[in-house]
Amino acid sequence: MNRIDSTFKSAKAESRLVLAPYVTVGYPTRESAVELALAYVEAGADMLEIGMPFSDPIADGPTVQLASQIALEGGVWLEDAFHLIERIRAQTDIPLALMGYANPFMQFGLGALASATSAAGADGLIVPDVLPEHAHDIEAANAEHGLYLIRFAAPTTPPERLRQVGHGAQGFIYCVSVTGVTGSRAELSDSLPAYLARVGKATSIPRVVGFGISKPEHLRSLRGRAEGAIVASALIDIVQASPPGRGVEAAAAHVRSLAAAA
Amino acid sequence: MLDTRTLPDEYGYYGPFGGRYVPETLVAALDELEASFQRHHRDPAFVDELENLLHFYAGRPTPTYHATRLSKELGGAQLYLKREDLAHTGAHKINNALGQGLLARVSGKRRVIAETGAGQHGVASATVCAMLGLDCVVYMGEEDVHRQALNVARMRTLGAEVISVTSGTRTLKDAINEALRDWVTNVESTFYLFGSATGPHPYPKIVREFQRVIGREARAQIQELSGGLPNTVIACVNGGSNAIGIFSAFIEDPGVALIGVEAGGRGGDQGEHAATVECGTLGILHGSRSLLLQDEGGQIIGTHSIAAGLDYPGVGPELAYLHHIGRASYATIDDAEAMRALSLLARTEGIIPALESAHAVAGAVRLASEASSDHVILVNLSGRGDKDMETIAAQLGERP
Repeated sequence: MNRIDSTFKSAKAESRLVLAPYVTVGYPTRESAVELALAYVEAGADMLEIGMPFSDPIADGPTVQLASQIALEGGVWLEDAFHLIERIRAQTDIPLALMGYANPFMQFGLGALASATSAAGADGLIVPDVLPEHAHDIEAANAEHGLYLIRFAAPTTPPERLRQVGHGAQGFIYCVSVTGVTGSRAELSDSLPAYLARVGKATSIPRVVGFGISKPEHLRSLRGRAEGAIVASALIDIVQASPPGRGVEAAAAHVRSLAAAA
Repeated sequence: MLDTRTLPDEYGYYGPFGGRYVPETLVAALDELEASFQRHHRDPAFVDELENLLHFYAGRPTPTYHATRLSKELGGAQLYLKREDLAHTGAHKINNALGQGLLARVSGKRRVIAETGAGQHGVASATVCAMLGLDCVVYMGEEDVHRQALNVARMRTLGAEVISVTSGTRTLKDAINEALRDWVTNVESTFYLFGSATGPHPYPKIVREFQRVIGREARAQIQELSGGLPNTVIACVNGGSNAIGIFSAFIEDPGVALIGVEAGGRGGDQGEHAATVECGTLGILHGSRSLLLQDEGGQIIGTHSIAAGLDYPGVGPELAYLHHIGRASYATIDDAEAMRALSLLARTEGIIPALESAHAVAGAVRLASEASSDHVILVNLSGRGDKDMETIAAQLGERP
């Protein structure tokens, strides 16, 4: 069984949310990305999203852009993502999903990507600029390695399309919480519950809410409305604001408070 | 017989190029845009209104001009210039801005966003929004804001908000990133008036259809002037809206050579040029699959051209396809050769072209001297040089 499926199954049994912090490959440095990831696991993360930086990340707001830029200036390659995943996998059995934009993945080659991602120990791929109707090649390459391709839903997705997205979806549906880019927000949208209910009506695949999730009260308000949450920008903001050498500890402490609310 | 009128396919592909690589949030808006375009662009009332605006407002048809002194100076082929520089706002960009502006109005969305490199699409968008009473926000890279300051002033005079983009390379590529982020955020209230023949489906098709008027007019005009079809049609290419506009009328004429001219910048080194077709490889950027300037890891690399409107690491999918099937060929002109062509055209014909269009003129100059006197070259003079006078004066060693 794919680790993603078993994790959602046990979280459901314990009626808690799957908490998935996001780690940028090579941010703040290659080595501290490993420390961050392992500290998040230790603090109670149920799953990790590992983000491969891209020069032109159109779905990301200023925070993730900044982390990506710092990592790219440090010279990260996709191989660094595989190394990071290997080092995390050596320490934990929680599911890991590699996120990246289509172009770096395409240049690496989809077959090679699926093989290397799976060999490193990841369980899924998240590609925000590839729609299900353009994903046949990736899905075919992934299938050979039991790797999932995560699909997206957005508040603008019409019900009929939600059903199509849900049909054949694997692992979970990444529910973008707002019409917008990534970035932490003080309040979740008032229309979020109705939208998550629409997704739930269209598919029985677990719903994982991302974009704008930053506080324990956000997680509490998602309980019973979704099956998981991804937290990215809020953690990067903490690392950025921390004195040198203290970022890992501070971000992990936030993950601990989020995990308590999940 | 090649029939490109059936392209793109239903998913927006031109052979291996094109498609729609966007976040899920934009899918509904792109579907809506496609449906609106299909419903309106052949609707007689819509066509009438657009044709009226193109005529009475934008000044079409623009003439095709036989550049006899320049032709004589070169001692070879006959050069004809399609004078898009004479259209309202000074470039071909107004054609597409009017078409999409009318689509924005029927969509009921009051807020329009646009990206711009040289500022010509930004000015055209600001112009059309002013005329239609729509709010306009233009994203422009910080570097382009400086080198095209005159166009920034024009946009602001027209009531548009110009947002200077400071991320990445601070040029058109990053302006498109920011415009797409704005659209993802405000998609329910905002119409994205896209200016290049790039981007996610259906934009490359819509831009081509609204720029087709260039080729349609030029084809009739050159036949009247020269008694037949041209031997060669030349246009500058980056995103490629002016090129696909003029090429579209000649694609099915196998006897007409189509040449796209790319920016050679300061030379052949990576990061020093924007010769995407010549040096690029297949990749995905800004919603479509096409040729790109990128490193081995798939990160997009910086470009350089003296012409802000050619300073982009991609090329429209249909133009990449025309290269792929051998229907169009591409040449590279560097900054210095473009400047020489600009001076030559200014001094022989009294026409100062935009730096972008000067690349097309330079391509024609290169070809003309080696061709016979009955060889007819049609050049798309896509814009006028007023916006570039500071750069031109500095290049020529003169202070304004």
